[in-house]
Amino acid sequence: MAKGILGKKLGMTQIFSEEGLLIPVTVIEAGPCTVVQKKTMEKDNYLAVQLGFGDRRERLFNKPEKGHFAKANVKPHRYLREITFSVNDDFAKLNVGDSVDVNIFAEGEKVDVSGISKGKGFQGSIKRHNQARGPMTHGSHYHRGVGALNAVDPARVFKGRKLPGRMGGERVTTQNLEIVKVDTDRNLLLVKGSVPGVKGSLVIVRNAVKA
Amino acid sequence: MNLIKAIEEEQIRSDIPEFGAGDTVRVHVKVVEGTNERIQIFEGVVLRRMGGGTQENFTVRKISQGVGVERTFPVNSPRIDKIEVVRHGRVRRARLYYLRERSGRAARIKERRR
Repeated sequence: MAKGILGKKLGMTQIFSEEGLLIPVTVIEAGPCTVVQKKTMEKDNYLAVQLGFGDRRERLFNKPEKGHFAKANVKPHRYLREITFSVNDDFAKLNVGDSVDVNIFAEGEKVDVSGISKGKGFQGSIKRHNQARGPMTHGSHYHRGVGALNAVDPARVFKGRKLPGRMGGERVTTQNLEIVKVDTDRNLLLVKGSVPGVKGSLVIVRNAVKA
Repeated sequence: MNLIKAIEEEQIRSDIPEFGAGDTVRVHVKVVEGTNERIQIFEGVVLRRMGGGTQENFTVRKISQGVGVERTFPVNSPRIDKIEVVRHGRVRRARLYYLRERSGRAARIKERRR
């Protein structure tokens, strides 16, 4: 069952469960999304729906974008993302112009949430790659630096060596988060635990792949 | 931000009476024993109230069989059936940690009449 929805991360809070446990939750304002385009096997060689989400001032869209939305006969949306599915899913029944809301998920279901992680700037290899540091005292001159770069023989450094550099600001998916609450009136999903990204950023909530 | 506040406010119980440090309260706690649930009463002096919003909590101290017992409850927990205020105490600070070093007559708190 592949399904998904686009949303905005609103922030985190805590709510009580019936057993009296305080559960940390992320509040996601999800949907309603509109199907703007359908990718088909015949034309595109894969199956997906293109969902539109969020508002943006009309004059900020350029002509090709406006044309794309006009073709589907829907109002322009800020974000466009594709959700892939397989032939037998409920999502295969969606047509252009249909809307998707939080009701596709139920309480207790497991989801994967993708977003763009918070940018951390230029970070050393301890923070960026979880490397260990050297002794800070006892005459050690090796504190937080990178270790050996390579064997001597190739006389060069292989690609992919873990070194300091830009960290964060990349697409991250958190898997198997439980849906604690679905609020249809306010289009809210309450997901247990944290979700990548800053408040107000776009997140994609999909059914869990590994559940 | 407002939606988050709204969600937090839904969690806050309106049926909890006003009480603070120095007051004697009876806390009716729901306890699960095997399959059935019953209500247990914990009565004692409120030592402190801490935090705010959903996670506000309070600590109650009582002397049980000569041993001081303290229990901390979240104010808005659904496990609390009800809270009764038995007596309002007159105290001069918000945290009554000094009661831990006192016992018997020295640990008395004057009643505040309303």
